[in-house]
Amino acid sequence: MTRKPATREKLEAGLKRRRRKELAFQLVGMLATTVGIVFLGVFFADLLGKGSSAFVQTFVKLDVEFTEDVLAPGGELDLAYADFDGLVRDALREEFPNVSGRSERRDLYRLVSIAAGYQMRDMIIADPGLLGSTETIWVPASSTVDMFVKGNIDPALDEALRPLSDAQLAWISDLQSSGRLETQFNSALFNNGDSREPELAGIRGALMGSFYMLIITVMLAFPVGVAAAIYLEEFAPRSRWSDLIEVNINNLAAVPSIVFGLLGLAVFINWVGIPRSAPLVGGLVLSLLTLPVIIIASRAAIKAVPPSIREAALGLGASEMQVVFHHVMPLALPGMLTGAIIGMSRALGESAPLLMIGMVAFIVDVPGGFSDPATALPVQIYLWADSPERAFAERTSAAIIVLLAFLLLMNLAAVILRKRMERKW
Amino acid sequence: MTMARMTDVNVTDDQDLSGDENKVAGSEVPRAAIDLPSLAITEQITELGKTVGEVRCEDPYIVAENVDVYYGDNHAIQDVTLEISKQEVIALIGPSGCGKSTFLRCLNRMNDSIESARVTGNITLGGQDIYGKDLDPVALRARVGMVFQKPNPFPKSIYDNVAYGPRIHGLANDRAELDDIVHSSLERAGLLKEVKDRLEEPGTGLSGGQQQRLCIARTIAVNPEVILMDEPCSALDPIATARIEDLMDELSEDYAIVIVTHSMQQAARVSKRVAYFHLGLLVEVDETDKIFTNPQHKLTEDYITGRIG
Repeated sequence: MTRKPATREKLEAGLKRRRRKELAFQLVGMLATTVGIVFLGVFFADLLGKGSSAFVQTFVKLDVEFTEDVLAPGGELDLAYADFDGLVRDALREEFPNVSGRSERRDLYRLVSIAAGYQMRDMIIADPGLLGSTETIWVPASSTVDMFVKGNIDPALDEALRPLSDAQLAWISDLQSSGRLETQFNSALFNNGDSREPELAGIRGALMGSFYMLIITVMLAFPVGVAAAIYLEEFAPRSRWSDLIEVNINNLAAVPSIVFGLLGLAVFINWVGIPRSAPLVGGLVLSLLTLPVIIIASRAAIKAVPPSIREAALGLGASEMQVVFHHVMPLALPGMLTGAIIGMSRALGESAPLLMIGMVAFIVDVPGGFSDPATALPVQIYLWADSPERAFAERTSAAIIVLLAFLLLMNLAAVILRKRMERKW
Repeated sequence: MTMARMTDVNVTDDQDLSGDENKVAGSEVPRAAIDLPSLAITEQITELGKTVGEVRCEDPYIVAENVDVYYGDNHAIQDVTLEISKQEVIALIGPSGCGKSTFLRCLNRMNDSIESARVTGNITLGGQDIYGKDLDPVALRARVGMVFQKPNPFPKSIYDNVAYGPRIHGLANDRAELDDIVHSSLERAGLLKEVKDRLEEPGTGLSGGQQQRLCIARTIAVNPEVILMDEPCSALDPIATARIEDLMDELSEDYAIVIVTHSMQQAARVSKRVAYFHLGLLVEVDETDKIFTNPQHKLTEDYITGRIG
């Protein structure tokens, strides 16, 4: 009689194979994770490598004499006729007295940004007493000088092929050796609106635009979304209608965002008549975009509240609304907030619908309200990425870094809120 | 055949521990009742002229007359008539899914939240029709408290757990009065000594038995007339169970208590009368001693001797 192999023998025969499979699966998982991390690392490294230089800017130190015959030709300071650029030009000529000839001088003047003149103007407005004195002032260099200092222009190239002439290079090295040219923190990036001059261009306008839009979105999408979720989950009778609504909400979450932009254009701008490019319209469109996300997340959070808590409250004689507001909401709130913040960060990163409602315009002024023309951070990135100047490339990366920092902050807030408010039962 | 079916039903009932018990029990049970080739049983009961034993009692407070409950097409409870007096503990026993929990939930209209549930017949509480138009279920549930199978304290402090009912019903005029209600309720539930110094700690941090006593304290804080208990000890260890049973004894002086239990020993220990349910039918009701020593119905006998259920 042949003995049947015992369970143990059979098990041991297959055990090795099982372990091998397990190991292989783990390896595949590790590989997938590694690939993901590597891609992310490359992306961040590239972004930081390209963008970090935009946070500094080259400045030139000039001894500016606020001469009265340039600023006040009629004897009195007249901002309309004062030649502030002339001050800068005089200061440059003072620095390089040997430069002669119109075209050479013009090349010299091109070393500093046109912002230098505005800077003089602002100084004189702030303190008219400067008239007649001589001040040492750091003024921004032009973007080509900035690019050269940051190593983006190869001096070995043929003169005709690079934006800086040999003479200009010589002046730059003169300035460097006399300590009159250095890179400093680029505060213009955070204080200014958009500009055609890269050294003047900043993200302030786009940031404020995004900020106003997000305020509208939070104020509209969160309460409406949570209210809809509570009604659908707790009060609405299960019927064909509620099923239909549920399917439609889920579908809405998958609708391409540009469609929402078209809707905003047709309804809010053409029909209602809200001015285009306004954060108000953008906020309304982004609310519509975020609403389904918030509803779905909130419903999931409400569903996750154990029914035993509801029963306990009902059994004590709480009304349905008391059950919802005393027991379900506090327990579901962390999940709702997480959903809302994730929806918000999606809204913050959205650009397509904003293109449709005119927020892609070139807007120099920083918006001061909900109906001022504005753009948004992702749109600003799109605009800069489209600009031909070399200096806009690094600013594009810098804007992306700022946007990512905000997204990171929002997601961090979501995590912290959830940890803080989560209660155990 | 019958036995096999019974096991099926048992399985579903075990899953009930997970929480939405009424739904599962509701939808599963009556199907079994209908599918079952157990016409014999139904006949057996009807043959004997409805429920055997004594459904009436002296000085009835809750009167259920010809109550039928349907979950959609399922007939979960069939023509149950039962009287419960104010000074007694009545135990509802029976195999899993026999409708005892469903019947219990009719008494404070907890079945209302199940959309497919339909209750016919007549249930009165102190002479007032509880399914009548003029009675708000909120008011009813303040008068008929309920303790659930799984301890379900709110994720709030012990104090807030007990104070919740009085707060929503406006039973206390000021903080001192509320403190008083909370303390006396915890005292009556035999929990005060253990939690006196940590009333502000979360109720969910207590042990299972303490949590269940907290739930009882929460229920009696509203000062109801009736307390319904749906297998209150099934998730507790024997020591905690003994404490709850002692508590029921004390509480029965002031409240009518209706308890659903799977433990026949428990029914024998705590109740004055026992009602035996089977497949949605109320088979037999009688004094506890009589049920356990001399059951009239064959099904009751089979159940209490452990042949079914």
